[in-house]
Amino acid sequence: MRRLLKYLKPFLVPIIISIVLLFIQANAELALPDYLSRIVNNGIQQNGVENAVAVAFRQETLDRLTLFIEPDDLDLVAASYQLLTPDDPRAAEYVEAFPLLEEEPIYVLQDGDADREEELNLILGKALLAYSGLQRLAEDPSAAALLAEGGDFDPSRIPPGMDIFEVLESLPSALRMGLTTRLEETFTSLGESMITQMAVGIVKEEYEALGMDAGQLQRDYILKTGGTMLLISILGGVTTIGVSYFASRTAAGAARDIRKDVFEKVESFTSAEFDKFSTASLITRSTNDVTQVQRVIFMFLRLVVYAPILGIGGVIRAVDKSASMWWLIAVAVVALLALIITIFMIAVPKFKLMQDLIDRLNLVTRENLSGMMVIRAFNKQDDESQRFDEANRDLTDTSLFVARVMVTMMPVMMLLMNALSLAIIWVGSHQVAEAAIQVGDMMAFMQYAMQIVMAFLMMSMLFIFLPRAAVSGDRIADVLETDIVIQDPEDPREFPEPFKGEIEFQDVSFRYPDAEDDVVRDVSFTASPGQTTAFIGSTGCGKSTVINLIPRFYDVTQGKILIDGIDVRDVRQSDLRDKIGFVPQKGTLFSGTIESNLLYADPEADADTLREALDIAQASEFVFDSEEGLASDISQGGTNVSGGQKQRLSIARALVKKPPIYIFDDSFSALDFKTDSALRREMKKRTGDSTVLIVTQRVATVKNADQIIVLDEGRVVGKGTHKELMGACKTYQEIASSQLSKEELV
Amino acid sequence: MTTHGRMSSSARRSPRGPMRHGGPMAMMKGDTARDFKGTMKKLFDYLGAYKAGILIVMVFAIASTIFSIAGPKILGRATTTLFEGVMASLAGSGEGIDFDAIGQILLWTGGLYLASTLFSFIQGWIMSGISTDITYRFRKDIAEKINRMPFKYFDNTSQGEVLSRITNDVDTVNQTLNQSLSQMITSLVSVIGVLVMMFTISWKMTLVALTIIPLSGLIVILVVRQSQKYFNQQQEYLGHVNGHVEEMFGSHLVMKAFNGEADSVRKFSGFNDTLYSSAWKSQFLSGLMMPIMRVVGNLGYVVISILGGYLAIQGAITVGDIQAFIQYVNSFTRPITQIANISNILQQTAAAAERVFEFLEEEEEIPDVENPVQPDEIKGHVEFRNVQFGYQPDEIIIKDFSADIQPGQKIALVGPTGAGKTTMVKLLMRFYDVNQGAILVDDHNIKDYKREDLRCMFGMVLQDTWLYNDTIMENIRYGRPDATDQEVIQAAKAAHVDHFVRTLSDGYNLVLNEEVSNISQGQKQLLTIARAIILDPSMLILDEATSSVDTRTEVLIQKAMDTLMKNRTSFIIAHRLSTIRNADRILVMDQGDIVEQGKHEELLKRNGFYAELYNSQFETEVAG
Repeated sequence: MRRLLKYLKPFLVPIIISIVLLFIQANAELALPDYLSRIVNNGIQQNGVENAVAVAFRQETLDRLTLFIEPDDLDLVAASYQLLTPDDPRAAEYVEAFPLLEEEPIYVLQDGDADREEELNLILGKALLAYSGLQRLAEDPSAAALLAEGGDFDPSRIPPGMDIFEVLESLPSALRMGLTTRLEETFTSLGESMITQMAVGIVKEEYEALGMDAGQLQRDYILKTGGTMLLISILGGVTTIGVSYFASRTAAGAARDIRKDVFEKVESFTSAEFDKFSTASLITRSTNDVTQVQRVIFMFLRLVVYAPILGIGGVIRAVDKSASMWWLIAVAVVALLALIITIFMIAVPKFKLMQDLIDRLNLVTRENLSGMMVIRAFNKQDDESQRFDEANRDLTDTSLFVARVMVTMMPVMMLLMNALSLAIIWVGSHQVAEAAIQVGDMMAFMQYAMQIVMAFLMMSMLFIFLPRAAVSGDRIADVLETDIVIQDPEDPREFPEPFKGEIEFQDVSFRYPDAEDDVVRDVSFTASPGQTTAFIGSTGCGKSTVINLIPRFYDVTQGKILIDGIDVRDVRQSDLRDKIGFVPQKGTLFSGTIESNLLYADPEADADTLREALDIAQASEFVFDSEEGLASDISQGGTNVSGGQKQRLSIARALVKKPPIYIFDDSFSALDFKTDSALRREMKKRTGDSTVLIVTQRVATVKNADQIIVLDEGRVVGKGTHKELMGACKTYQEIASSQLSKEELV
Repeated sequence: MTTHGRMSSSARRSPRGPMRHGGPMAMMKGDTARDFKGTMKKLFDYLGAYKAGILIVMVFAIASTIFSIAGPKILGRATTTLFEGVMASLAGSGEGIDFDAIGQILLWTGGLYLASTLFSFIQGWIMSGISTDITYRFRKDIAEKINRMPFKYFDNTSQGEVLSRITNDVDTVNQTLNQSLSQMITSLVSVIGVLVMMFTISWKMTLVALTIIPLSGLIVILVVRQSQKYFNQQQEYLGHVNGHVEEMFGSHLVMKAFNGEADSVRKFSGFNDTLYSSAWKSQFLSGLMMPIMRVVGNLGYVVISILGGYLAIQGAITVGDIQAFIQYVNSFTRPITQIANISNILQQTAAAAERVFEFLEEEEEIPDVENPVQPDEIKGHVEFRNVQFGYQPDEIIIKDFSADIQPGQKIALVGPTGAGKTTMVKLLMRFYDVNQGAILVDDHNIKDYKREDLRCMFGMVLQDTWLYNDTIMENIRYGRPDATDQEVIQAAKAAHVDHFVRTLSDGYNLVLNEEVSNISQGQKQLLTIARAIILDPSMLILDEATSSVDTRTEVLIQKAMDTLMKNRTSFIIAHRLSTIRNADRILVMDQGDIVEQGKHEELLKRNGFYAELYNSQFETEVAG
């Protein structure tokens, strides 16, 4: 995959945007459980009072609270609360919220910054606890003695009926602070969370004293928190859609670019590269493999990047909620990963095996279908069924095994996750009892745990599908990085005008890359304009190879090929091929119409030219016999015309081009002898001054050629006319006598 | 998104000429069965053998679901107990948190989960066994069916289609059975169970939750409809792109020869760009499903949190209930979408199953006669009596073919392509049955023999060289598994392929690869000849048996064949007339009829159709 990374470069901006959006999405997703926990903790448990920082105090209360506040902190408290008297002009604004304001002055919280709220919470929380404790003392003197122990101040000695706070106020501040310090020690041991939870209860009482509607407060709190959650979840949704948008554009865009480059690259391939990859594999590489890569890019941007963000974010938040329970998640994740890894260690080799077995089954089926006639002729139906059954059995056994492994995995995974929930509740309850966390925190922790586990599951998916995609990516990169063996020269020469078309082979040898032996060796000949040069020899003698060297489908390994005295490697490939009308062994047509196929050679050709070409190629009859004529459809691969018709049409196509050089690579093999000879007769009349090269197996086809070159095992073993060769060339004699009767050999 | 597996054939045809947008759009029909009910019934009949297993699967699936549904509610009680304990201790009353109660609840829930897991595991275990077994049976039935089908069927059905039935369709049935059957049950039980649990917690919250779920359904339907549109478009353009790639790569040499690179790339870019615009939209829209579901899910979550908090204050529900309810809502959407999908899956199953059943119910070869003729001493007297035949009933190819072939004669069938030469062979081997008239072997109608016995009489070498994925040795031995290695080598020598085989890296043990591309066409023909030689049959049929062998080798084989054919009735079809010059009788065919017959010299002298055919091979240049 790394080799294709450059295709993502143009999409850097959308990718960065997606990653940013993914961060937002993950945070939104992770924020929700936190808000739920607030609803439970603050909304339900604390009746909507968040902390000790009350929105208002009675003047008396706050004044008394200040008795328990360290002098250093007093400034902060004083700055945060403002005293309002009933006759204050601003009182009207507040009187509705705090009905008590009508009767007496109250302190109202000023909008301070959030940072100080936490500080203030602790200061006021402790003061509130001290205040309420002393209040209780006043009612229950027996408890007061406890407080006196070891101190200089003994509340129990306060005369009855005297307000304890007045006494405190009258005390020297040093003595008072001694008391406060002792209280402070007691409270600190409770922990911040507990202080808040307890102080909240006192604040609630204060609110009632202020005449506030406590129920309303609670409802408001829940609605406010809920509203925030709603906004967050909508934000999460919007970002997800955004990510999806950018990810799909990136993936499809990169796929488009890759596909285009692969296609262009392959179109520039020469036969050597085609041989290396095989056509089928090249097709897969530029279609399925690209689609695979597209899917991966999309998945990658959507999930693979997202999972770690979610996982790490979840861990941070979970630890934040309860640092002491993180090990539960760790254990669960390790267990899950162990399970997944074990299962895949077992299953993955089986997956591969299964693919092989499927291929095997398909192969046997295909063979059964394609060999049906032979199978029945040899009465082998039962054996074939047996063979199929073996393949079927093997496949069934393996796929059952794999299915059962998977069947085991899902429930066990669910069980693990459920066990995690149970463990969190059990451990969490103890944490709650120790006041380390609140119930809502535990509930949030559970959800974080699930999110973390999900993130890990997502990441483990990565290990399943990434290797497969990597294979596709490598296959594509292999194509893109292939060096093309045949290149245009840097400083191309031009053919001389007028172009004659004389082809000269000078000691040409050719060897396929990595082959041990030459296919063609030391071939020399000259093919002149206006003449027909024919190549004959048994299969594998290299005759097709020889003529494939002319249009530079391959380059010679030794010697050179000259056309009008210029080496074919010194001109542009397009200039060279412009001069050649090439008819391949297999009639190859493109989808479209007969006309579009003929015009492929020369888009400007007029109707007469087409007609003439079809006439020569002996194709007019069947073309114009059909109603649509030239407009007849040709399906992809020309499957709707017969082999002979295909050959004749591809011959006609070459004729439309009217090139100075014709190359027929065994192009008459699918024609019956009658058509073959008629075609050659017509052609001879019309090709005139063109150089014609014909490769064939048929002696009849070459008999009248101006020059026959006999090849055997890549070497020229005879050169001359039919008559000359009959006298001088043994190989030719053998070929000829195998095809012709004695009287015809003359 | 698995409903789009089959690419419509029209989508693969690239439009000709300049790109035509919105031209005759391929009619993309969903993959649906024509006879849903009937197919389902057949499928259930097929499932009949597994009744007990399926029943167990159902019971366990239901039990597993119920147990897992009960979990959250019970677990919620633990949270509630915890919460109440905390509240009490805050208020300064009570004994704090009741850990005994919590522990007990957790143990109970753990037990439930364990049981649910176990049941679900057992259910899956049995079901996977059943579905793989059914798959196995389906495949086996199809494979055996293939061997009983008349050739006629395969004239109209491509190999790919049959192959697709045995792989794709059977797989689809397997997968859907494996998943949908248990999924259907669990989803249904889940929905009902969850609904019940939700109602027991709070009917108000349930009603609120129920208004949200249809909302998600609605959105999903809208999105799916849009994405379907683009998906179809994407598939169509993908078809264009792939079609163009296949075509151009397949015709690479011609494209090169005519300097067609630029044109081809331009055309490709056009397809590629349109593909891009539909591809990203399709992917975007189908990628929206999940987030939308999640947003709606979160919406539910929020509403439940608010409402639950509100109700909790009033004391109508407990904190644990909120927790349980949230879990229920979360687990509600999945079975709902699954149920919504089930009709789709069933349709798919039915469509796939229908194709399988259709194939299994195709007409088979006419069975052999009850009291077949016992062939003992085969003389080789073959008579065609006014044979009439056509592959299609309305297209008669062989009109009135009669010929009486004496034992030991070497008969050649010649004529232009399409004259019906190969058809005659197929009739003789009873790959097809004649429409009218009769073919007699040793004076018995071939229909009165068992097919097996009839085919045993002939050794056949076809133009289409079929070899299979095994060693060369086994391929030659194909028709006579009891032949010794020595006999195989002997046959190979006779077919002049022994030397070639010995030059291969593994010799006779070379395994022919899947495409049998590791040896040349000519060599393949030689192997098939060896395969026929080893059979030592009473009669021989050679249909273009040496067409790909070079002529020098052919002469050598010819000699070997002549020894083999001595005193045996043999039929030879050949393009190269040189190979049949020494036939005892040449039947010249044109358009399904015998137009001339006789020996080579006689026919030449007659200067008719045969002479023309023959001379065209050597036609000399017209002077001028």
